[in-house]
Amino acid sequence: MVTYIIRRLIWSVVMLSIVSIITFAIFFLVPRLAGATSEDMAARYVGRTASAEQVKVAAEKLGFNDPLIVQYGRFAKGIVAGADYDYGPGVERCPAPCFGYSFLTRLPVWPDLLDRLPVTISLALGAAVIWVIAGVATGVLSALKRGSFFDRAAMSIALAGVSMPIFFTGMVSLVLFSYGLKITVAGGTYTPFLTNPATWAYDLLLPWITLAFLYAAGYARLTRAGMLETMNEDYIRTARAKGLRERTVVVKHGLRGALTPILTIFGLDLGLLLGGAVLTESTYSLPGIGKYAIDAIGRQDLPQVMGVTLVAAFFVVVANLVVDLLYAVVDPRVRLV
Amino acid sequence: MSFLELKDLQVHFPTDDGLVKSVDGLSFALERGKTLGIVGESGSGKSVTSLGILGLHKGGRAKLGGEIWLDGEELVGASAEHVRTLRGKKMAMIFQDPLSAMHPFYTVGSQIIEAYRIHNDVSKKVARKHAIDMLGRVGIPQPDRRVDSYPHEFSGGMRQRAMIAMALSCDPELLIADEPTTALDVTVQAQILDLMRDLQRDFNAALIIITHDLGVVAELADDILVMYGGKCIEYGTAEDIFERPEHPYTWGLLGSMPRLDRDRTERLLPIKGSPPSLINVPAGCAFHPRCTFEDRTGGKASTEVPQLVETEGGHLVRCHLPRDTRRSIWETEIKPSLEAS
Amino acid sequence: MSEPLLSVEGLEKHFPVTKGLLQRQVAAVKAVDGISFDVVKGETLGLVGESGCGKTTTGRLITRLIEPTGGKIRFEGNDITHMSQGRMRPLRRDVQMIFQDPYSSLNPRHTVGAIVGAPFRIQGIKTEHGTKKAVQDILELVGLNPEHYNRYPHEFSGGQRQRIGIARTLALKPKLIIADEPVSALDVSIQAQVVNLLEDLQSELDLTYLVIAHDLSVVRHISDRVAVMYLGKIVELADRKSLYESPMHPYTNALLSAVPIPDPKGRAQRERIRLQGDVPSPLNPPPACRFHTRCWKAQEICKTIEPPLETLATGHQVACHFPENAPATPEPAATTA
Repeated sequence: MVTYIIRRLIWSVVMLSIVSIITFAIFFLVPRLAGATSEDMAARYVGRTASAEQVKVAAEKLGFNDPLIVQYGRFAKGIVAGADYDYGPGVERCPAPCFGYSFLTRLPVWPDLLDRLPVTISLALGAAVIWVIAGVATGVLSALKRGSFFDRAAMSIALAGVSMPIFFTGMVSLVLFSYGLKITVAGGTYTPFLTNPATWAYDLLLPWITLAFLYAAGYARLTRAGMLETMNEDYIRTARAKGLRERTVVVKHGLRGALTPILTIFGLDLGLLLGGAVLTESTYSLPGIGKYAIDAIGRQDLPQVMGVTLVAAFFVVVANLVVDLLYAVVDPRVRLV
Repeated sequence: MSFLELKDLQVHFPTDDGLVKSVDGLSFALERGKTLGIVGESGSGKSVTSLGILGLHKGGRAKLGGEIWLDGEELVGASAEHVRTLRGKKMAMIFQDPLSAMHPFYTVGSQIIEAYRIHNDVSKKVARKHAIDMLGRVGIPQPDRRVDSYPHEFSGGMRQRAMIAMALSCDPELLIADEPTTALDVTVQAQILDLMRDLQRDFNAALIIITHDLGVVAELADDILVMYGGKCIEYGTAEDIFERPEHPYTWGLLGSMPRLDRDRTERLLPIKGSPPSLINVPAGCAFHPRCTFEDRTGGKASTEVPQLVETEGGHLVRCHLPRDTRRSIWETEIKPSLEAS
Repeated sequence: MSEPLLSVEGLEKHFPVTKGLLQRQVAAVKAVDGISFDVVKGETLGLVGESGCGKTTTGRLITRLIEPTGGKIRFEGNDITHMSQGRMRPLRRDVQMIFQDPYSSLNPRHTVGAIVGAPFRIQGIKTEHGTKKAVQDILELVGLNPEHYNRYPHEFSGGQRQRIGIARTLALKPKLIIADEPVSALDVSIQAQVVNLLEDLQSELDLTYLVIAHDLSVVRHISDRVAVMYLGKIVELADRKSLYESPMHPYTNALLSAVPIPDPKGRAQRERIRLQGDVPSPLNPPPACRFHTRCWKAQEICKTIEPPLETLATGHQVACHFPENAPATPEPAATTA
C-alpha cells in the first residue's frame, strides 16, 4: 500500500514536470521556431515605448540569449523557489510559485490567481455536489426502472443536457430566472463564503445549476450503464438471497460496485473545472480563474496565460492522484498492485 | 404435509420470442434432514427452480404459478416482503462460483455479519463473534484473522467454505446449493462435499443440491429428481435412479459418463443431438427427438406429453414406453452395455 | 519404442514477479518447473492436475504461444524450443490446439466457412476443389451439416461449436493436436459426443493427442498414458491401466479417491483419502517434494530432498520417496538410476 502511494506520488511529480516542460516549450520555444529573436521576446516585457537599446539590454538581463536548457532551468526554479526579475529599473523579487509578471499590470501573476481561486473553487465544488447527487440518483433510478417512462424521460433530458453548450443553457437560464422571474441574481457578483454564506450560495445558485446540469447528464448516463451491469452480478443475487432489503441491495451492493468508473471521471472533471470553468464564468461574469484566463488571452498577456495553464494542470494532476488513492479505498483489489 | 412441498410449480418468462417455460409443472416434497439432488443439463430449469423457491427469479417479469409450501406456509401467493424476511433465515442458498458470488469490495467477515444482522437484532460485536464461529465451523483456519480478509485473498475452496458459513449463519432450515463444487478442484470438491454432509447432519436442514454431475448427487442425495426441458422426467431414491433407471434420458446420462469405479468401456454412449431450446420445446415428449427408443412408443412420442406416473414405490417416470418395455430395455440393452469393457 | 513425435525435456516456464518502486524481480511463479515426457505417434497422452499445476502453461509452451524459460521441445526430432515465428510457420500446420471454451474461441462475426477455412488462407494452401469443398468435407467429418457453411457461431449449440473448433484444427491435417480441457465447458451428454468424436478422428486420421484436463474419468477414458502434475512438476507418469489401478504417488491416490463415484450404494463404507487444504500457491511452493505439506506419508526427507522422477515399473515413473503399490523388488534400472 505504501509503495502504491509513493509510486503514485512520484508519477504525479513526473507528470507535473512534463506539463511544465510543455508549457515552457509553448511559450518560449514555439515563438523562436516561428522566427522571433531574443529582442522580440524581450520587447513584450519592456513595453512598446522602449528604445531598441533598452530592449537589447532587457533581452540580455532576462536571459533570452542563454541556451534553452538554462532558460528552462530558470523557469522551473522560479516556480519552485521564486525568482529575481531584473528588467531595467531594478531587481524585483517574485516569490514562489513564480509564474512571472503580467505584461500589463506589472503585478506578479500568482497573487492574482490566488484572489480568484475561491470563486472558481466555490463554483466547481458547489456544482459538483449538485451534479453528483442529481446525476447518480437519476442514473440509479433509471437503471432500476429500465424502459419505464421515467427512464426514457430522464435519458432524453440527459442527452439534451450533454448536447447543449453552457453558453446556451446559461443564457436561457439567465433570461428565464434573472430577467424574467427575477428569482436569482443576474451574475457578476460574488460574495465570499466567510462574509455571508447565504449570499454566497444565492449568488452562485444559477451558475451551479447550469453547470451541474451539463455534468449531471453525463453522470446519469454513466451511472445507469454501470448499475445495469452490476445489478446483474452474482453478488447482487447473493445479497438478495441473504434477505437484504432491496434498498440496501441497490445502494450498498449495487451502487458501490458501479462507483469506480464514476469516481475516475469525477476526478478528471473536478480537476479540469478547478483550473477554470471558462464558459460558465464568462457567461455569468464571475471573477474566477476561467474569466481571468479569457481576459489574459484577449490581452495576450503571456505570463498570465502561462500561470493559468500551470495551475489548471496542477489541479488535474492532483485530482488524478486523489482518484488513484481513492481507488485503493473503494476497491481493495487495487491494493495488491 | 412435508417440510417443503412444491405443487405444479411454474416459472414462465415472457420474451420477445415467446413464452419461455423454464419450469413447467414441477412437484416434489422434501423433509428436514433429507437431501434432494436435482440433475439436469443447461436449460433444464434446475437453477430457475431454486431461484423460484427463494423468490429470486429475475425481476417482476417472470410469472410464478403453482404452490410452494415451506413449513406450512405458501410462498407463491405470499408478499414479496414476507418472502424476503424468510430468505437467509429460513431458507438460504450457496452459489456455484464463490468468487463472483461475494462482493469484491467488502471483507468476508462483514458479508457474513451483514447476513446475520438482517435477521438477528444483535450488536456488531456479537455478530462478528458469530461470524468467526461460523468460519471456524466450516473449517477455515485462524478464523479470527481471516474474518477481515477480502474474498480475493481466499483460495477457491476457502471462499466456498466462507459462502457456506454465510448461508448457514442464520441456521436456515432449507439450504439450496446450486452447483456448489463445479468451480472447484477435485480434491477441494471432495472436502466441500464432506463438509456439506457433516453440516447437514448437524443443522438437520433440508438440502437441495442442484448439479449436472451425477457423481456429486450420488455422494450426497437421498432422492434424485432428473429434469429435462423444464419438467421432471424421473424421480426416485438415489438407488432407483442409479440401479434401475427407467427413463431413456437418465440412461443417456449414465451412458455419457466415463466412470472410474468400473472397467473402462470401449466407447461412451452419448445422447444424440443437443438439449432443446426452451423457446421451442419439441411437441409431445420434449426428449423424443433425442430418444433412441422413440419408435417403440407407437407414434405417441411426438404428439402427446407423457404423464409422470409412479412405476413402483415412489419411483416416478415420465415416458410413453410401457413399463415392461422400459424394464427389459434397461436389463437387456442398457445395463450390459454400461458394464461391458 | 519408435521415435517420439513430441519430446519435452526439462521444460521450464517461470513468470517473473515484480515488486516495489523499481519493479525489481523479487520472485518467480514457477508455473512449469522442469518437466520431461514424450508423446509417441498415434497415442494419446493425458495431462491431469488441479488448478495451478501448470498443465495449461505446458500446452501453451509446446504450441509456442508463450516462450519457455528453459528446457527443450523437440517435434519430429527438430528442436523448436526457440524457433522464430517465421520458421515455426510450417510447423503450425502440424501442431494444432483445441480450446476449452467454444463460445469465446470462435470469432462471432465470421461464418463457420470462414472460420474453418481460415487456416487454408493463412497458410496459403490450394485445395483440389476449392476451399469451400474442403471445408464442407471437414464439417461433415466432425458431424456438422455441410450446408451450415454460411452460418455464424451463435446459431450453433455449445457442442456444435466445439465441433467447429475441432474442424478448424483439422483443416490442415495436423500430426499433433493439443486439446486443453476440450469438454469441460460442455453438458454431460455432449461431452460424450465430443469424446467419441475425438476418438473416431484419431483412428481415422492417424492423429496424436495431448489432452489437458482436470477430469480424471474423462482422461482415463481417452488416454493411453497419463501424466499427473502438481505445482509445476510431473509427479507420476504411467500407462492408463497401471496409473488408475495401481497408482504409486500419494497425490495420484488422493486425486482418484476424491472423484465422486456415481454409485450411491456403497457411499457410507467407501474408504476415502481426504487431503487437507488447498493446493499451495505456485508463487511460493513448498521446498523439496512439493506435495509434502498435504501428504499423509511425508517424513523428514520429503522436506529436504526432492524425489526424482524414477522408473519403478515398466513404463511407470513416479517422483516419491515412499511410493505405494511399488513392486517389492525394484527393477534393476531403478536402482542404478
